[in-house]
Amino acid sequence: MRRHLCERSIEASLFLAALASVAITLGIVGVLTYESWGFFQHVPLSEFLTDSQWTPLFSEAHYGILPLVSGTLVTTVVALLVAVPLGTVTAIYVSEYASLSIRETVKPILELLSAVPTVVFGYFALLFVTPLLQRMWPDLPGFNMLSAGLVIGVMIIPYVSSVSEDAMRAVPMLIREGSYAMGASRFQTALRVVVPSALSGIAAAYVLAISRAIGETMVVAIAAGMQPTLTLNPLEPAATLTAYIVQVSLGDLPHGSLGYQTIFAAGLVLLIITLIFNIAGHFLRKRFHHAF
Amino acid sequence: MPTNLSSPLKADVKHLSFFYGTVQALKDITLPIAGNHVTALIGPSGCGKTTYLRCFNRMHDLYPGNRYEGQIVLYPEGINIIDPSVDPLAVRMRIGMVFQKPNPFPKSIYENVAYGLRIRGATQRNQLDEKVEQALRGAALWNEVKDRLHHLAFHLSGGQQQRLCIARALATDPEFLLFDEPCSALDPTATSRVEELLAELKQRVTILIVTHNMQQAARVSDFTAFMYQGQLVEFDTTKTIFTNPANQLTEDYVTGRFG
Repeated sequence: MRRHLCERSIEASLFLAALASVAITLGIVGVLTYESWGFFQHVPLSEFLTDSQWTPLFSEAHYGILPLVSGTLVTTVVALLVAVPLGTVTAIYVSEYASLSIRETVKPILELLSAVPTVVFGYFALLFVTPLLQRMWPDLPGFNMLSAGLVIGVMIIPYVSSVSEDAMRAVPMLIREGSYAMGASRFQTALRVVVPSALSGIAAAYVLAISRAIGETMVVAIAAGMQPTLTLNPLEPAATLTAYIVQVSLGDLPHGSLGYQTIFAAGLVLLIITLIFNIAGHFLRKRFHHAF
Repeated sequence: MPTNLSSPLKADVKHLSFFYGTVQALKDITLPIAGNHVTALIGPSGCGKTTYLRCFNRMHDLYPGNRYEGQIVLYPEGINIIDPSVDPLAVRMRIGMVFQKPNPFPKSIYENVAYGLRIRGATQRNQLDEKVEQALRGAALWNEVKDRLHHLAFHLSGGQQQRLCIARALATDPEFLLFDEPCSALDPTATSRVEELLAELKQRVTILIVTHNMQQAARVSDFTAFMYQGQLVEFDTTKTIFTNPANQLTEDYVTGRFG
């Protein structure tokens, strides 16, 4: 009887621990939705989704989310153009080519890259990468999305490479040997057999990287400028969803004002975008998952 | 030694030794392989028969620290295929292998079979179609899969997957096929299908098969080699090995007294 009671209490406390994170997630979604609800009482959804300006703090206020979404989109795409090829190639090299000693050296160094504080990356973008790019394009503005995107790309390489590499290394040696036995080279085996076998894990790595790039705040806040501009040109300055939230959160907006509520509306949009990618990632994983 | 290796040799193994790092796994093996016949390798677990088989397609080259000594002379050219100057890829282009467990690639049935052709640079659709069909027919799988060639190979049963792997190996017209306990993961029905296949295949290719199953060796092979602790104990016609072996150790093994 006592043992039974003991079991039950352990089970209950484990359940509570699991419940906590679920409850916190629901709480965040709840607060975001509640405050956004207040926002949408004043701003019609049609204006929010179609207006091409986002100037909630100006006297002539506009509440179009598109400029922030475009800023997020552009920096994310630039970042992925860097991180996906470099990260994937790194993963293939480390998993399929590198000797044990090289692997043991490269992996920790790569993981160190994700240990660098993002604020350092932000200043690196502003004070090093941008001047470098300005040598190529002299009329590039001091704040621009290209430089921020490139640096975010470098920053998320470890996310792509380490998760993809784990996925590739999990491919059984028997499958590789099957390819080698057919006379395939290392490169053919890596590209035609190992990568397709690890596709679900690689897709998961990409989704993780996308979410990370979309959510990245410090680098864009520092290096991309903070003016919401509806543009798809990475050479221009613009604000992202995250940069806007930082900017407004640091100001002294009265609690409950419309300006205050814009933070939650932007946050909700951010959450929905990352949620879409996570759901897409989930289906990709299921679609390409091979049980060996 | 069998007195009448009637057909010409496909390979001649001379004083082959093999080392995993400092551990010697094969000790001075000399063994001729008759062309267009099935040679079976039997022996207790850990006797080195798989290690021996994997020397033929230089599989050991994939892992660092492995070393061969001696010669495996491949005919008709008479080149020593374990010589470091010989490209292992070129060897594997000629000598196919079927593994203990079916290992299809995460591709369609069609693309699995076409794999070897594609890495040899084949792109012409009708040529590929023809070769794929031929190989699947050769592996007695065509009738079961012809309507779903573009389905994932993982959806096949274990026995079908193993025949798919045989088709994959056949598609590139190898001269020599290595089978590493190809039926150990299959049920009796699938096993007998693979065994029938071996009998057909030897019309065209030379076969070296490792097996745990002595009945299987007796059923499918023309010659049998008995290995023990990295050494070749006895090699002769299958009939002699199973009915009148010269060595006491061989007799004990084939009659099930140990192993």
